[in-house]
Amino acid sequence: MRKRLVAGVASSVLVASFLTVVGYAPSQAAPAGWCKQITVLTNRTDIAPTTFTKVYGPQFTAGPGKGTTVKFESFTNYNQDVRTMMNTKNYGDVLGIPVGVTPNQFPQFFSPLGKASDLSKTYRFVNEGTYNGTVYGLAQTGNAGGYAVNLKDWKAAGITTPPATPDEFIADLQKIKAAEPSVIPLYTNYATGWAPTAWTNSFTGYAQGPDATNIMTHDKAPWTAGKDAYIGDDLLYQVVADKLTESDPTTTDWEGSKALINKGTIATMFLGSWSVSQFQGAGPNPQDIGFYPIPVKDPKTGKFQTYISGDIKQAINKNSKCQASAQAWLTWFEQDSGYAYSQGGINPYLKGPNGESYTIFDKLGVEYKSLNPAPAGHDADNANVWKASGIPQDGSLEQAIIDTARGAKSGSEAAIFADLNSKWANGVSSLG
Amino acid sequence: MLKERYKRQVTPWLYLVLPLGLLGLLTYLPVANMFWYSTTNWDGIDPHKQYVGLANYAKIAQNPDILHALFNSIYYFGGAVVQIGLALFVATVLSYGFKGTNFFKGFLVFPFLLNSVAVVLIFRYLFQGPGIASHAGGMDYLLQHLGLGRFVTQWLGNPHIVNFSLAGVSVWRYIGFNIVLFLGAIQSINPELFEAAALDRANRWHQFRYIILPGIRRITALSLILAISGSIAVFEVPYIMLGGANGSSTFVIETVRIAFAENRVGYASALAVILLGIVLIVTFIQRNIFKDEQVDLV
Repeated sequence: MRKRLVAGVASSVLVASFLTVVGYAPSQAAPAGWCKQITVLTNRTDIAPTTFTKVYGPQFTAGPGKGTTVKFESFTNYNQDVRTMMNTKNYGDVLGIPVGVTPNQFPQFFSPLGKASDLSKTYRFVNEGTYNGTVYGLAQTGNAGGYAVNLKDWKAAGITTPPATPDEFIADLQKIKAAEPSVIPLYTNYATGWAPTAWTNSFTGYAQGPDATNIMTHDKAPWTAGKDAYIGDDLLYQVVADKLTESDPTTTDWEGSKALINKGTIATMFLGSWSVSQFQGAGPNPQDIGFYPIPVKDPKTGKFQTYISGDIKQAINKNSKCQASAQAWLTWFEQDSGYAYSQGGINPYLKGPNGESYTIFDKLGVEYKSLNPAPAGHDADNANVWKASGIPQDGSLEQAIIDTARGAKSGSEAAIFADLNSKWANGVSSLG
Repeated sequence: MLKERYKRQVTPWLYLVLPLGLLGLLTYLPVANMFWYSTTNWDGIDPHKQYVGLANYAKIAQNPDILHALFNSIYYFGGAVVQIGLALFVATVLSYGFKGTNFFKGFLVFPFLLNSVAVVLIFRYLFQGPGIASHAGGMDYLLQHLGLGRFVTQWLGNPHIVNFSLAGVSVWRYIGFNIVLFLGAIQSINPELFEAAALDRANRWHQFRYIILPGIRRITALSLILAISGSIAVFEVPYIMLGGANGSSTFVIETVRIAFAENRVGYASALAVILLGIVLIVTFIQRNIFKDEQVDLV
């Protein structure tokens, strides 16, 4: 019991010390220069000691690095750890911009890489790392919207073409459930927290067009039938309410689920294209894993569509004394390392090759699109509305939807969406 | 002469400079900073912290999630009461001494020595449902083989059960500590008392009722008081198991989530201040009620 008291005091003090370690503003940029060694911060704990350290590092040192060696520091809890480091001047020379840093904060932390109008001739996804026309971060790879399926399970239920509407999606999952009772039609990965966030994020643009994000920034009721945010969260609610998902979502196991979709015990997981290579590698049946487009067709052309977006943005610490080396690494990593291709992604370098998972999309004639950037000077508005609304983006919103749909939490779908709309409206009005 | 006296007064402080300095730097400065942050709308990294007065505290009162999280403490307090009762029973039995006492002592204290993450992983496999055949949970398996299959449920998925399951894990994890505490207190009772009682033909129950219980009253009362502050500050077990999902959130989980997932460090600081206040009040009550209570067994 005493342990608990200690834990209680300790956790309040711990929270306090987290808050205090931080709190010193970075100052002016250091002079540009070359260094013997640069430090790169990455979230890829899995390949940092192998591919990064043994292949990319030496290749850079021998090539454009002119002898500069690269040290990789990887973090399991990347966003939190690096955000804490960013309260000092020591956060590596090159780093991925952590989630939660809003565009208007970019100039405080990162070196400018160039003008958006110039860099967009060389790179994709430039606007995602831009503030006021200046680029601070470049995507390391790109992802396309869609979801992963076990093609064998879908075929066994007699389905060979991807569903074109949310209703068809539900009907198809019901066919799978009827044809193969031992198969879980859709696995939510509820327990991870991050996996179900795809339901809120993945539909942006599909019904409302490329300006969807900017429309949402000023929309006081985005969780209304027919709008992107509603379509995704409503579909999640329906599939859970129809018992098309795992019976006990609270004990889901992410690592285990990769093998299960490979084996065919799970038919569908609603995750982006980055997940495909992981599911293929998790068992003996890589050929069974496929990638289907979001079940909302372009209202004008009637074709399947996919919105592509950049992954984590690479940026340079503005306090780094190794600006030139850091810039050289960033350019080489983006253009010549082959990272995006090896991850099966859309290449942020316009001249670079895309990953292999997009062959399925090409067969279906899927339209590739990307969301329009915010109007000049308003880059941070959407992120600020999210922040001010207090709507959680860590999965607890989607978990609450799942819990309500399976009857574990009191409330109704309409009440959830009404609450979201009122919170969002508060966020919108905070823009002034 | 004066110099000698001066030296004598200063020397102890010199020894204390380092520990006091560290205490100030790592405990009091962060707490002071926390009070300051709780009056701002800081997001955790922005160099500019805007003063918002007591707005964060006003928001806490209106947040139903926080009230729900506080309500969840009741489960853990109930668990703690059960835990104290059980520990008292086990410690009493162990104190009489029999074959294998030391083995059982080690056996029962073992869970307390385990890392929380390990404990949670063990129980996650126990609680897993029959959803996926290859992953059938140990708990359900056991119940079915004992002929108690009708009690099988979703131990974490059922919102009416989840907090009982988690409080149960907490009891399993911490009971060893209470046993050690009680056992130590019982063994510090003068053995002559038991001898005299036995001569007067007092049975085990009488010995427990009239010697052990009054003898360890202070420790028992202290445990109960600590259980209150402990159950408000529950964190590890529900956080590692579910991240606070499915209605299992606690006050500290909400605080951490608001600070590091929603990036509202100012608001979270206000919550931490409230938690600190609750813990201080409980400690104050404990200090005052149990200050000079003397127990005289003879």
